[in-house]
Amino acid sequence: MSERSDRRSFLARTAALLGTVALAGCTDFAQQPWVIGILGEVENLTRRAQRLFAGGHALAPEYSKADIAPTFRANGTLNPNTNDYNVHVAGGFKDWAIDVGGLVDKPLKLSLAELRAMPARTQITRHDCVEGWSCIGEWTGTPLQLVLAMAKPKADARYVVFYCADPMGEATMDASGNVVQPPFYYESLDLLEATHPQTILAYELNGRNLPVEHGAPIRLRAERQLGYKMPKYVRRIELVSSFARIQGGKGGYWEDQGYQWYGGI
Amino acid sequence: MVDTTEPLTQGNTGVTPRRSTYLFYRHTVAVRALHWLNAIIMLVMLMSGLQIFNAHPSLYWGNGADFDHPFISLTALGTQDNFHGVTKIGSWSFNTDGVLGASWHEGVKEVRGFPDWVTIPSDSPNLALGRLWHFAFAWLLVANGLAYFAYAFASGHFRTELAPTLKDFAHLPREIINHARLRFAKGEEAKHYNGIQRMTYFVVIFVLGPLIVLTGLTMSPTMDSAFPFLPWIFAGRQSARTIHFLCAFSFVGFFVIHIVMVILSGTWNNLRSMITGRYAIEVEDKNV
Repeated sequence: MSERSDRRSFLARTAALLGTVALAGCTDFAQQPWVIGILGEVENLTRRAQRLFAGGHALAPEYSKADIAPTFRANGTLNPNTNDYNVHVAGGFKDWAIDVGGLVDKPLKLSLAELRAMPARTQITRHDCVEGWSCIGEWTGTPLQLVLAMAKPKADARYVVFYCADPMGEATMDASGNVVQPPFYYESLDLLEATHPQTILAYELNGRNLPVEHGAPIRLRAERQLGYKMPKYVRRIELVSSFARIQGGKGGYWEDQGYQWYGGI
Repeated sequence: MVDTTEPLTQGNTGVTPRRSTYLFYRHTVAVRALHWLNAIIMLVMLMSGLQIFNAHPSLYWGNGADFDHPFISLTALGTQDNFHGVTKIGSWSFNTDGVLGASWHEGVKEVRGFPDWVTIPSDSPNLALGRLWHFAFAWLLVANGLAYFAYAFASGHFRTELAPTLKDFAHLPREIINHARLRFAKGEEAKHYNGIQRMTYFVVIFVLGPLIVLTGLTMSPTMDSAFPFLPWIFAGRQSARTIHFLCAFSFVGFFVIHIVMVILSGTWNNLRSMITGRYAIEVEDKNV
């Protein structure tokens, strides 16, 4: 009896130990840089294949007013809450302007009023979060391709980088006692996605000025991409040939944390 | 097809008929290779898929998510220091503490949909890596699946061995009774799949397989712009996500039954046939 239960407990402990070792081994393996490197290469294949099917500018499905979610879920930064941003909130964003620069022939500064005076596009689309949920809302804004056409990108411009007003996290102190400011959110699209007809600098959600939690006064909408590719609180746009020297070098805040740059899947 | 004959003496009273077994070449090398590759790929797809699911462990119907009324959700109830895992299906709620909703990871109790021992990577949330694994292996899954389809159609494997026949439907009640009584085909009969096997493989290969791939693609916003009928046929992206999940668990259900059947109908014989291709057939020797 006791011999048998000894054996049983020995087997159980061995199984538990083997399980733990296997689990730890798998965890290590799943996170090895070279493994991630190989898997990351597949992202290029996925992007090319999706582009093959979705052509240059196939449109994302649009929906009817009846499909609009009663409450559009806000995610990510809900309020940048910096001194600078709070001054803009108090002033109704009348002094907010977007700089367009980098590899362009004509650098621009567009105020919110100037953007609103340009031709607008309104679209009822489905917002797909990388987490898995979706929400349908009606967005109004200026097609980004019109803004880019005004700025005249140079021939070597390949990506459009968006710099935002929301800091990601709190200021920290480094080893020598210096205050280290957190990075601001940023994102990037290639020119194909940036000039897509449904890619707009949105200033209205469901017919009303963009609320703070949704990126007031301007957020990007890129309807064939996941939510993290559509930055809120957009302040500056830069055209670049490579994003290797910008922040973490991966083309976006979440990309620097390990997410894929291609956000169409 | 007969490779060897190994007489098996069953006593020498003269009353018991002598039995002999011979090895029958049951699975071609292509079927065996694709089977084991598929097993590995499906395991990675399932475990990385559960990691992705953990980022938002609720399922809905339609295009948008009705956050207050999920169809299924894995959550935790209680306070920050004292919580327990709960699984909700519609208006029903089950305590699934320790496994679903809340479980232990490296000695610390965490709010998480599925536990660390079923996700790739095991720590959670790690949506970024889960996606990397899932989308890389999705290519392998489709490549392996297409290779199987090409082989099975070209070789006649589908037509001669897997396609359900009208007879299968007629014999279905008897087959169900035989299965329930754990009576498995013996002798020459064991060389062919029975009706239930053919119907099951048909559903898994031609319904579940394509369905899980298509609902997966429907969750991609770029694919929806290329093929707008995708979200339409599945009644929305959230419905597609729910169907994708249900397909995944149908595969898990298939796997469990598959393993039980392999064990009950002769573990070693079945395993050998899927590794070396050869399956032992036992026949009564009529020459006694």
